[in-house]
Amino acid sequence: MAGLELLSDQGYRLDGRKATELRKVQARTSVFAQADGSAYLEQGNTKALAVVYGPHETRGSRSKSLHDRAVINCQFSMATFSTAERKRRPHGDRKSSEMSLHLKQTFEAAVLTELYPRSQIDIYVKILQADGGNYSACVNAATLALVDAGIPMRDYVCACTAGFVEDTPLADLCHAEESGGGTSLALALLPRSGNIALLQMDARLHQDHLDALIEAAMTACKGLSKVLDDVVRQHLEEVSVLTRD
Amino acid sequence: MRDTPLSNCERLFLLKAIEQKKRLDGRETYDYRNIKISFGSDYGCCSVELGKTRVFCQVSCELVPPKDSRPTEGIMFFNLELSPMASPAFEPNRQSELLVTLNRQLERCLRNSKCIDTESLCVVSGEKVWQIRVDVHVLNHDGNLMDAASIAAISALSHFRRPDVAIQGRDVTVFSPEERDPIPLSIYHMPICVSFAFFLQGSYLLVDPCEREERVKDGLVIAMNKHREICSIQSSGGIMLLKDQVLRCSKIASVKVSEITELINKALENDRKIRKEGGKFGFAESMPKERITTLKRDEVPVEMTDVKETANDIVNSTETTTEAVPSPVLVGMGTAQIGEGIVNSWALEEDEEDESQTEDRKTDEVMLISDSEEEEVVILHEEAQKSTNTSGEK
Repeated sequence: MAGLELLSDQGYRLDGRKATELRKVQARTSVFAQADGSAYLEQGNTKALAVVYGPHETRGSRSKSLHDRAVINCQFSMATFSTAERKRRPHGDRKSSEMSLHLKQTFEAAVLTELYPRSQIDIYVKILQADGGNYSACVNAATLALVDAGIPMRDYVCACTAGFVEDTPLADLCHAEESGGGTSLALALLPRSGNIALLQMDARLHQDHLDALIEAAMTACKGLSKVLDDVVRQHLEEVSVLTRD
Repeated sequence: MRDTPLSNCERLFLLKAIEQKKRLDGRETYDYRNIKISFGSDYGCCSVELGKTRVFCQVSCELVPPKDSRPTEGIMFFNLELSPMASPAFEPNRQSELLVTLNRQLERCLRNSKCIDTESLCVVSGEKVWQIRVDVHVLNHDGNLMDAASIAAISALSHFRRPDVAIQGRDVTVFSPEERDPIPLSIYHMPICVSFAFFLQGSYLLVDPCEREERVKDGLVIAMNKHREICSIQSSGGIMLLKDQVLRCSKIASVKVSEITELINKALENDRKIRKEGGKFGFAESMPKERITTLKRDEVPVEMTDVKETANDIVNSTETTTEAVPSPVLVGMGTAQIGEGIVNSWALEEDEEDESQTEDRKTDEVMLISDSEEEEVVILHEEAQKSTNTSGEK
């Protein structure tokens, strides 16, 4: 898109944010009564819904179960109305398969699967509105859903995107910034230990800028983890108030 | 067919060897295997051998209407296929995780990095553009398919020539290669993937894992071009990385990429020279002529520094056996006994009736045979003869 400045001279982005500002994050857990754990998360205009079933017995082929760990099964899909043009294939195409695979790998590293041998944990994530940062919103929503389901994890898994424009790293990209052709990095982090669960970067970036970019993404993730923590604690307070007496 | 699982002993062996900075094939930790790039007789046809991993790539083009969202840009289509001949674990028509990962990584490495000028592929804006199709086939899987595939894809794209077109108003004429020389694609830079393998929660790092090492690893793939720009990073396997590990990998990758880019450019140069001089080119020329069979083994250096000392040590430290071999004891004519065993019954004694009777039967049979055909009967033992006489009397 020619003519659109991703970063103005005063340091403001397309939606009026500064370079290191995140979008507004709102979330709720336990949105579904049926599922073991569920969460709805909005990151700016990106809306994601995550549902967790498990741990339960391995459905389908018995051979998939592992004798010492739980199997995590993820499915990522985008609603057909989530993008500007109607999506013809919500799931089964290569991008969705790749996303599902990445989610699975991320959570296999974070969830304490050794506590549930021979069982399966299902995570279903759906994007209701896609405005950049699809993967990050999914990961954050899935984290909240797993916490809601009571599945033990090593730490919150927080994900955020970061970009690079004119020597300045930008945190939390929106769709226009992502598709503008610049660099975009998606990072899933375990904030307390600083371990990177997943790192994905597209488009060209000079090697020297890599450090600054990863640093910006990590700071954004740490900020996000505080928000997620607040959401969980608030939900617990509400529930405990209701179930008192 | 399911892949045979890696046994625990093999896994432990690999991990222990890596801890001691030794690899299965004797490479150093940051060494690549031998890369061999050969081009076919068509433009855009390339085969890459990375050690024993073998990958084949073909680029083709077609005129199609462009995408609605981008009417002035050509289309790049990537397709990677895992052929069942590459590994018994690959089944046809099965969308496995590996296939999805490789395809997506190839797409991201080549398409998102904008290594090819897609605007130059436009013929008539909004109506006709070139669609460049890159097909990669894996012929043999010995680890590190991603790197081999990316090298093959970018080499083939650099080698490819598309037909020339002439536009007059709305009419488009496509010239065949005989009428006008085909034009190469405009490639800005060559992104190449470098795969890293982490072991034991990221404490050890290897470059270019072979098939066995791949089974025990957690991975990271970095795609870079020789201008030290990172084109794509993808971490997989759910490992926990630290930021400085990623930075270290990117530094190693930049060194490797410049070496590999040199190699590709040299191969392209060679091919261009041969075609210009009118020499023979193509795959048939690139195979070694000395052997009929295709199984060829490269010479592998073997570490022999302290083989002599260790062999001497082993020989000296083993104890020589003190037991002497017992000398044979003569029991009867033609029979001897060495060592202890059950009572020897080969030599006949008068007490042993059973044995003599069985011998009797044998000697009787001998006699029958001699009646029928042979005239001369050679009796081996006089003793045997005597015993038959005595038993016959009884």
